[in-house]
Amino acid sequence: MKKTKIEGQISEEEDLAAHGTDAKSFAKHALAPENSLSAQLDITKISGSVYRCGDNVDTDVIIPARHLNINDPAELAKHAMEDLDPNFLTKLHDIIVGGKNFGSGSSREHAPLALKAAGVKAIIAKSFSRIFYRNAINIGLPVIILPEADQIGSDAIIDLAKGTIESKGKKFTFAPYAKEVSSILKDGGLVAYLKKKLKGKKN
Amino acid sequence: MAMTITEKILANSSGKKEVRAGETITGKLDYVLVNDVTGPLAVQEFEKLGVPLSDKDKVVIVLDHFTPCKDIKSAQNCKIMRQFAKKNNVKYFYEGGDVGIEHELLPEQGIARPGLVIVGADSHTCTYGGLGAFSTGIGSTEAAAAWATGELWFRVPETIKFDVSGKLHNRVYSKDIILYIIGKIGVDGALYKAMEFAGEAISALSVGQRLTITNMAVEAGAKNGIIEPDSKVEQYIKERSSLPYKIFKSDKDAQYEKVLAINAGDIEPQVAVPHLPSNSKNVSEVAGLELDQVLIGSCTNGRIEDLEIAAAIMKGKKVAKGLRVIITPATPKVYGQALEKGLLDIFLKSGCVISPPTCGACLGGHMGILAEGERCLATTNRNFVGRMGHPKSEVYLASPATCAASALTGKIRDPREV
Repeated sequence: MKKTKIEGQISEEEDLAAHGTDAKSFAKHALAPENSLSAQLDITKISGSVYRCGDNVDTDVIIPARHLNINDPAELAKHAMEDLDPNFLTKLHDIIVGGKNFGSGSSREHAPLALKAAGVKAIIAKSFSRIFYRNAINIGLPVIILPEADQIGSDAIIDLAKGTIESKGKKFTFAPYAKEVSSILKDGGLVAYLKKKLKGKKN
Repeated sequence: MAMTITEKILANSSGKKEVRAGETITGKLDYVLVNDVTGPLAVQEFEKLGVPLSDKDKVVIVLDHFTPCKDIKSAQNCKIMRQFAKKNNVKYFYEGGDVGIEHELLPEQGIARPGLVIVGADSHTCTYGGLGAFSTGIGSTEAAAAWATGELWFRVPETIKFDVSGKLHNRVYSKDIILYIIGKIGVDGALYKAMEFAGEAISALSVGQRLTITNMAVEAGAKNGIIEPDSKVEQYIKERSSLPYKIFKSDKDAQYEKVLAINAGDIEPQVAVPHLPSNSKNVSEVAGLELDQVLIGSCTNGRIEDLEIAAAIMKGKKVAKGLRVIITPATPKVYGQALEKGLLDIFLKSGCVISPPTCGACLGGHMGILAEGERCLATTNRNFVGRMGHPKSEVYLASPATCAASALTGKIRDPREV
C-alpha cells in the first residue's frame, strides 16, 4: 500500500529503520527469561558494556512525553533516550553510567521502564533524582550511587551483594542496599515483594 | 526535641512523638493521586496485588495531562482510569468538565490541606506544601502499593530554610523568587531535602502565589517544598472545605541543614533559559529574544490571579503578529472566574488562544507543541530538551507578567516597561 508522505514528517518506516529494528530485537533480548533481572540477581553480579552520559540526564530525554501514552515497556524501549542520543539503541548497553542528578524531572515510571526494556541491567551515577531512584528500585532495576562514577571505563562488573564495582583494573565500593531494598530487587520489584508480604499477613 | 514542620508532619503520620532527619519512617497517607499518564500503570500494578483499595476515598484520579483526549492511545488510557474509578467507587475522580490541572485542582477542591501527607504520581505534587502539607511525587508502582496499604516508607529529609526578607519590587512576583532561588542553588541544590520557605516576603504572598513557589521545589531536586500555614491559609481552607486538617509549625530551635538569607528586594524579573530551570537570568540579559509562542497557564501559574495580571497588561492591546499566545486557565473554576471578570474577552480581543484546563503543552503533550527551531516563553516549570515538542525547540520560563509583556512585542520583554 502506497503511503503519502507529508513534508517534514518522519514516516513510520524511517523511524523504524533508525530505531525500531534494533530496538525490537534488543527489547526481545532484554525481556527474555534467561536475561531477567531476578536471574541476574540470583548470581548477584551484573556485568557488561557501559554507556556513559553526563549530568542531569532528565526524564524528558530518557522518554519524551509524546510517548507517555504508551504503557508497554517493549514499545517504550524503542524510544529510550531518543532526544539525547539517536544512536543509543544501535548497541546493547548493559550498564548506564551517569553524572550528577540522573533521572531528574518527572515522576514518569516510563523512564526506568524504557531503559530496562532496552536492555539496561543497572544504572550507576554520582547522584540520582529521588523519584527516579525509587522508581528504578520498584521495577527491579538496580541503581547505584557512586561519587567516583567518572572513573568507570567501557566495561564494568557489579557485585550487588558485596557492594563492589570493578572496571579498568580498579575496584570501587558502594553501600550495599538496605535489607528491604535488597529484597525488593531480588523479587524483581515492589509488586512481587509486596504480594509476598500481603500473602504472609493473610496467613 | 525541636522539629521542623516537615519532621512534625512525618512524625504525626507515623504515630511517633518525634522523628529526626535521616530516619526512615512508615507514614499513613491521606491521599494518593494519579493522572491519565501515570494512572494506567498504577492500575495495572495494583491489580497484580489482588487486594482491595485500602481506602477508596483516599484515591484521587485527575485526567488532566493529555485531555481532552489527544489521540486513541490517550483515550484508551482514560477509559482504563474511568473503569477503575467506577469499579472501585472512587469518590475523587475528575474528567471532562470537572478536569482541572491537578496541582491547582486539589487545593481548590479542599483536598490538599495543612498537615496532611499527600503523595502523587506526578513530580509537582510538592505543590501542596504551600498549604503546609507534606506532599511529594512518587511513581506509578509506588502509587499502586500506596492504594493497597494506605502507607509508604519515607526517609525524613533534612531541611534547607530559605529566609526571604524584604519586599518584592513592582512587577516582580513569587515565580521570580523561586526561579531566583533555583538559579542560586542549582537543579540538585536541594536533592532529597525539604525546602522550607519563610520570611516576610513569603508571608506577604497570597496562597496562590505561595503554591507557585512550592510547585517548583522539585526543580531543585527537593523531596518537598513547604511554607508554614498562617491565617491566610486557614481562610483559604475555610472557604473550600470542612474536612479536618492540622496546623504544624517549625519550632524556634528546629535544626536546619542550612539557612539561606535572601532579600526579595534584590530580585529582578527572572527568565530561566534552556535547558535547565536553574538557568535563571535577569530579564534584561535576555530581553529582545524573538519568540514563536507564549504560554500562560500550568500548575505553576494558571490561577485566577495569574490571569488577572496577564489580562491587565494585555488589555486593549494586540499580541505581536505571528506570535501564538496560549492561555490555559488551570481549572473550570478559574476559567469561569476569568469569564465573569471579562479576562477571557480581553485575551480573545488581544488575539490569544484560550485552551481548556489541561497540562497540555507544558509537558509536550498537546495544545501548543513546538516545531524545530521554535522558541516559547512560558509560565511553566520545566525547560528540558524537547520539553514542549521538537528536541531542537526551546522553552524559557518566566512569570505571567513577563510572559504577557512579551506577548505584545513577540520578544522577551521586561514587564517593568509596561
